[in-house]
Amino acid sequence: MIAQRAAEKLKERFPDAVLSVSEFREQILVQVETSTVRDVCIFLRDDEELQFDMAIDVLGADRLVVEGTSEKADYINDPFDRQIRSKKQEISMNERFEVIYVLYSNKHKEYVRLKVSVAESGQKVPSVAPVWKSANWAEREAYDMFGIEFEGHPDLRRVYMPEYFEHFPLRKDFPLMGIPGSLPLPDKQ
Amino acid sequence: MGLEKAMGDSFVVTKLNEAIRWCQKNSVWPQPMGISCCAIEMMAFASSRFDVSRFGSEVFRFSPRQADLMIVAGTTTYKMAHVVRKIYDQMPDPKWVIAMGVCTSSGGMYRTYSVVQGIDQFIPVDVYVGGCPPRPDNLIHALMMIQKKIEREGSKEHHQAQPIFIDQPPTISV
Repeated sequence: MIAQRAAEKLKERFPDAVLSVSEFREQILVQVETSTVRDVCIFLRDDEELQFDMAIDVLGADRLVVEGTSEKADYINDPFDRQIRSKKQEISMNERFEVIYVLYSNKHKEYVRLKVSVAESGQKVPSVAPVWKSANWAEREAYDMFGIEFEGHPDLRRVYMPEYFEHFPLRKDFPLMGIPGSLPLPDKQ
Repeated sequence: MGLEKAMGDSFVVTKLNEAIRWCQKNSVWPQPMGISCCAIEMMAFASSRFDVSRFGSEVFRFSPRQADLMIVAGTTTYKMAHVVRKIYDQMPDPKWVIAMGVCTSSGGMYRTYSVVQGIDQFIPVDVYVGGCPPRPDNLIHALMMIQKKIEREGSKEHHQAQPIFIDQPPTISV
């Protein structure tokens, strides 16, 4: 398993950056420190043995609601009531968002996943668009849907939503039917 | 032509309005606003098996300036709505609109922030066709409804017209 080998090599090379390594159904997930993610990615790409030369996807996730807790249902019933959050969730606002990198090695035909956590506001993730070109639009999508900002991205604009749109629709506190008036329609004569 | 043989030296008396309506209804040129998957059924509607040229509508025009009927076939997002409206505005009067499929008629299964819950929020619609997607027969039925409407009302101001709803395919006897 080259993914396991990659995790070992990362622990060796970046002992402070690798926070944890977990495995689920033979899929390796490496949690790394947010600020070091670009160096880790460059290492994974350029290492002679590993050669993770392709970024399949870079995706965002919103961990506002803790999986498997009862707060989840309450929260969705009343998306504007922020007081429903428990203290545990308040603490987790420092790691509200996640960015997950799905990397593929064409040489070994294997995947490895990286994960970094992002605070609710203020924290920026180093962009990996200069490392893999395919990460460019994927990071733009994560920015469009979650408002996660990537530092060093060549062109961080929205992809799906119109440029004048002010919200981030895949955040858990965004209402399903949107915010009235935020997306104007043409006039019906 | 052969028409001379059948008609001989006789002639037909009619009203000019009715003659024009007869011409209009048998040459409704569609503007294929194929936004998503309903467009596949719209292609089937145009090609040989269903053959819409039997109704005089085989001339699909990609320029809105040459079209009479806009078939909005597919999920219309808020971002796309402005494009649809712009193309609709470029079509010369008289013009008609078919909302093909549930997405265009009511948002359909996309009950979400990005999809317009019915295109009648920004353009006047003449015929709504249910189905996901509707069969080509159903779209032909809608076209026949448009033809009836032209025959009945002529080319009066579009926004005054009353819409028609189709939720079942026409019964076909073989």
